[in-house]
Amino acid sequence: MLEIKNLHVKLEEEGKPILKGVNLTVEAGKVHAIMGPNGSGKSTMSYVLSGRDGYEVTEGSATLLGEDLLEMEPEERAAIGLFLAFQYPVEIPGVGNMTFLRTAVNAQRKARGLEEMDAATFLKEIRARAKELKIDAEMLKRPVNVGFSGGEKKRNEILQMAMLEPKLCILDETDSGLDVDAMKLVSDGVNALRSPDRGFLVITHYQRLLDHIKPDVVHIMYDGRIIKTGGPELALEVEKNGYADIRAEDA
Amino acid sequence: MGLPQAKQNATEARLARLSMPPETGWTKLPREAALARVRAMGLPGSRDEYWRFSDPSSLIAPEAPRAALFEVKDEAPVFDAMDRLRIVFVDGVFDAEASDELALAGVEIDRLGGAAGQDIHWAREVYGTLEARGHEPVDRPLAALNTAFATDGVLIRVTGKAEKPVNIIYLHRSETSDAHLHHCIKVEAGAEMTLLENGPAAARFNKLMEVDIADGGTFHHIRTQGRDHERRAATHIFARLGKESTFKSFTMTANGRMTRNECIIELTGDNAVAHVAGACVGDGDFVHDDTVFITHDAVDCESRQVFKKVLRNGATGIFQGKILVQPGAQKTDGYQISQSLLLDGDSQFLAKPELEIYADDVACSHGSTSGAIDETALFYLRSRGVPRSEATDLLVLSFLAEAIEEIEDEGIREEIVGRMAGWLSRHRG
Repeated sequence: MLEIKNLHVKLEEEGKPILKGVNLTVEAGKVHAIMGPNGSGKSTMSYVLSGRDGYEVTEGSATLLGEDLLEMEPEERAAIGLFLAFQYPVEIPGVGNMTFLRTAVNAQRKARGLEEMDAATFLKEIRARAKELKIDAEMLKRPVNVGFSGGEKKRNEILQMAMLEPKLCILDETDSGLDVDAMKLVSDGVNALRSPDRGFLVITHYQRLLDHIKPDVVHIMYDGRIIKTGGPELALEVEKNGYADIRAEDA
Repeated sequence: MGLPQAKQNATEARLARLSMPPETGWTKLPREAALARVRAMGLPGSRDEYWRFSDPSSLIAPEAPRAALFEVKDEAPVFDAMDRLRIVFVDGVFDAEASDELALAGVEIDRLGGAAGQDIHWAREVYGTLEARGHEPVDRPLAALNTAFATDGVLIRVTGKAEKPVNIIYLHRSETSDAHLHHCIKVEAGAEMTLLENGPAAARFNKLMEVDIADGGTFHHIRTQGRDHERRAATHIFARLGKESTFKSFTMTANGRMTRNECIIELTGDNAVAHVAGACVGDGDFVHDDTVFITHDAVDCESRQVFKKVLRNGATGIFQGKILVQPGAQKTDGYQISQSLLLDGDSQFLAKPELEIYADDVACSHGSTSGAIDETALFYLRSRGVPRSEATDLLVLSFLAEAIEEIEDEGIREEIVGRMAGWLSRHRG
């Protein structure tokens, strides 16, 4: 589903290389986790895949369902099924959460050649999904992420994911800033979306999120490359021994 | 006279084209007094301190610069869906046919044009009075010019709770029209009304509104200044607030070659509240100036100024706002914010926020910023599949929200948001 080949990326302004040859394949129905220390390039990868400005791809490719992601605008990537759950969801005062989501859902439907979802159907859908994530009606009416707690922001990201029904979901440090209960709620939301035709890329520092969202494959990223790939046991190894041992192996 | 010769010449050239209405009746004295003020002050020039940012020449030229008519396609006029009393002026001339009967529970309505022969006691006390008080310390000669030469206007005395809003609708049908309208509103103690205004009025429009609010009175004002791109307008609101009274005014401006909106408010009774807000969007040849002067002269009063301007393609936004806290006006709560969103490098925002405080127990805050679209927020929206143009519109609405939220009525608020969204979708790129 997602194919990343020999991806090299540098920061546009400083010219500093961040990704130095990433190879990664995420299959439909699978959950891949990427772990790694700060500065290893995990978040950069999520931004490059979703099309944020400020990065320059110098080599390599990234495709989703056979389509070249790197040539597309961020909204086009979203329309073919890419979703990034932000580490720091952005506050947008004065724009209602519901208005925002409806605009997004209908923009994607339009891009896919589908009819817009009418107000009644949308309302029914969003209420059902919000209930599962314990998001009350009040939160839906409030401006996007304004005054939301850390947990509420992350639940709101998952709500967007549920409404947009992407093919590939990237979760960028979704566990940051969450207490245990909030992490459970968010993880349950993610697990409910697991399906045979949907892939996940879960980026995290810590193993604890992976207790709730069980990965099929775990990758360790270090200094812009994936230096080791394994099963769920790899996450446990990191938790126990840190990244130093793996780095030593790589060297 | 101490006026510079050039200013005196410009003033006389303008005055030569104007004449007072034939039947001035009880307005004769205030008009003559106002004309004397105009001659003493002279009409504004670009060297005047409060006209440094906006060139007044098109507003004082002897003849109104031609303004092409704007064709509204299939868009319904603003406030059309609301239950309100309509008073229509076409190029500054009252249109009885298009207006509703001037009768409404809770208010008495007369026209300035038809009232000359009548003795309307309350209006005598208002007409030209608040305007005359509003020149200290800044001259506002276009306001005095209006008092001297206004051909018509609406006189509203609010005696109870107005049954529904009054909507003054201004239509622009002549490319060369030059209109002076003067409204007086007296809100009696404990009374309440909402005034809606919409439309461009004329090729050049000089409008003045005096609002005198007695103790416990409430006045809501929402106006949209029409979409005619070539029109010019100079408007003044002079408001005086009694004890525990409320004044809230919001203005939406989209398009207009030249707009100067002045608002002069005096808080004269304790615990009074005055909010004045504006949201404007300008594209291209567009100058929009909000000049506000709020005087706190009583205890425990609150004032808010919230102005937002979205500018592109060389548009210019101006804000000159002042809070003056007089000696003894303790516990004043003053807030002033003026912000611009510059959608390109060609547009500019000129701001002059001022505070002058002579009391020691007050809280006044002010801020003024210019910024571009937040790239992180734009990426966030686009990553959800919202195309760049729509995402930009949402962020512009987000920027304007603080000003639009000053409108208390939810239905009107939504109407204004909808109008702004419509304008944005027609002016992309």
